[in-house]
Amino acid sequence: MSDQTGEQAGEQPGGGLPVTPAAEAQIVDVRTGMFGVRGPGDTSGYGGLVRTVAMPAPATRPFGGYFDEVADRLTTALAVAGRSFDGCVEAVVVDRDEMTFHVRREHVVDVCRQLRDDPDLRFEMCVSVSGVHYPHDAGRELHALYHLLSITHNRRVRLEVSCPDADPHIPSVVEIYPTADWHERETWDFFGIVFDGHPALARIQMPDDWPGHPQRKDYPLGGIPVEYKGATIPPPDVRRAYT
Amino acid sequence: MSETIAPGIGPDAGPGGGGGGPAAEGNVFTATGGDWGDIAEEAAALGQERIVVNMGPQHPSTHGVLRLILEIDGETVTEARCGIGYLHTGIEKNMEFRNWTQGVTFCTRMDYLTPLYQEAAYCLGVERLLGITDEVPERASVIRVMMMELNRVASHLVALATGGMEIGALTVMTVGFREREQVLRLFELITGLRMNHAYIRPGGLAQDLPPGALDSVRDAIPTIRRGISDIEKLANENPVVKARLVGVGYLDLTGCMALGITGPVLRSTGLPHDLRKSQPYCGYETYDFDVVTWDTCDAYGRLRIRIEEMKVSLDIVEQCLERLQAIGPGSVMIANKKIAWPAQLAIGADGMGNSLDHIREIMGTSMEALIHHFKLVTEGFAVPAGQVYQAVESPRGELGAHLVSDGGTRPYRAHFRDPSFVNLQAVAAMCEGGQVADVIVAVASLDPVMGGVDR
Repeated sequence: MSDQTGEQAGEQPGGGLPVTPAAEAQIVDVRTGMFGVRGPGDTSGYGGLVRTVAMPAPATRPFGGYFDEVADRLTTALAVAGRSFDGCVEAVVVDRDEMTFHVRREHVVDVCRQLRDDPDLRFEMCVSVSGVHYPHDAGRELHALYHLLSITHNRRVRLEVSCPDADPHIPSVVEIYPTADWHERETWDFFGIVFDGHPALARIQMPDDWPGHPQRKDYPLGGIPVEYKGATIPPPDVRRAYT
Repeated sequence: MSETIAPGIGPDAGPGGGGGGPAAEGNVFTATGGDWGDIAEEAAALGQERIVVNMGPQHPSTHGVLRLILEIDGETVTEARCGIGYLHTGIEKNMEFRNWTQGVTFCTRMDYLTPLYQEAAYCLGVERLLGITDEVPERASVIRVMMMELNRVASHLVALATGGMEIGALTVMTVGFREREQVLRLFELITGLRMNHAYIRPGGLAQDLPPGALDSVRDAIPTIRRGISDIEKLANENPVVKARLVGVGYLDLTGCMALGITGPVLRSTGLPHDLRKSQPYCGYETYDFDVVTWDTCDAYGRLRIRIEEMKVSLDIVEQCLERLQAIGPGSVMIANKKIAWPAQLAIGADGMGNSLDHIREIMGTSMEALIHHFKLVTEGFAVPAGQVYQAVESPRGELGAHLVSDGGTRPYRAHFRDPSFVNLQAVAAMCEGGQVADVIVAVASLDPVMGGVDR
């Protein structure tokens, strides 16, 4: 991997790439029917059921708690650095007492720098970077999530950065938060998100020559049927699901 | 990583270790089943002082299957890198194929020394996703706190025991494991298992305390305290221990912040950061305890912090006992029947299982109860779409559970921010420039558990 990373490090990360804007509320799945019954065998009528599953919609001010202060301060800090808040942040979601900034990928390093350096923000620690794969979120399939902690102000915020599956590149924040090194390697390993500018984006959990990225939704779990007292129990990924 | 390390490692670079680079350059010595003396002679004959050594993954002092790749010049470590991934079992992926309640059974197996912390972080996260945090019975929260603090004692005892063993303090090891056994006996009494408990469940606990459990905990505390004081007497002012630990594994506050280090390592720099105080959960804000800090930034400070934290934990356990006595018997599962697991576990003639009263009810008297049980156990409950990040203060630092729900009965994504995983990144900063023997001490002071690192 290191050779490939070396080439990519030279590119302008995410610059000039088409970016799909965040939907009003991000649709993560469309489910049809119920009980797993399809076609003429469905006498229940539930087979016609169509439900869309959406993540919590973007919030509008006031956000409540310290969230307004963080958003205001970030707006000012970005303005001083010559960036506009709306240009960097697609949407702000406040849900379950947590604040999420959906950051455009080309600006994630700028936003992180302001969040870390501004004395009124001072998110000095990036506790975790992980990924989520939303195959139904067209054009924004891969999401990287950065959980930031401010010990100074005792606050937390989350940054959510998305990139299309066809162009899985997000700039690395290792220069801002060195701790993101292994987290980004793990996210690359499991989701195939390429963090441009990472010093050594090698696999970390899977063997170096492993094909594929196991935490993607299209990657099978695997498993074999287990026989127990004459009955056969199928592997977990082919058992009936009720979602 | 691979650019600096690959030359000289040898052909069998394992998973994630930054192998896969160019073919090995220079002389490669393979020490499988051989004698280090022969290798040293060979190297001496070639007149080379700089060698790259694989320490681990099968090395007793690397706390499981941690592979340390050391570039050594004489006795000095010039570069130290970690190779991890040897214990990766895909727990997070597996959790996506089981319902929310079954997830507990998986995450408890991550960091096998702190099973109750993974369970707590996960269940608190699920409860926040469901919006039922306030509905969890107080009795359940107090028992959670008690179990977590007992778990902290057990985990720190293993940290001190293995750390002591690695520097030759074998009595510290025997005392540490002896006292840990007392905690494990309590766990077995209360949860039925010594580890991998799956005891904390979304909405409450798998079962209430068995009769006599409070007395057993109360009786065990003085003996555990005596064991801790034994370790103190053996280690605290021992000149050999101090010679090995003082000033070793140095990492100051700046380093901790940059590398995201939490837990005793961060507190050894003097910063009293403890999530139990700063972002309390399970009602920690109502307990009376202090955050232990030290100001030496080294392995010795972390040793002292761990010893003091065990005492603080036992104080909290005593407060829990008082509260449980005062609260009296009651439910340990949320009242909402759409979420609460229908049955509590009980000990029967053939071991642990659903309580006989419950079986009698669903099989004999109430068909609705049977349907309800069947639906909840096979399907599970649906969790509204959204995501949370719930962090708890595990013995090793911030243990975070990032849970994403798509509105279904299974986690859409469950990610654990394991403190060992993050803290291991400090190995290079702590070890480079020191001696090989100091690597052992520095890694022991980080106290990594590979089950949690690799998940």
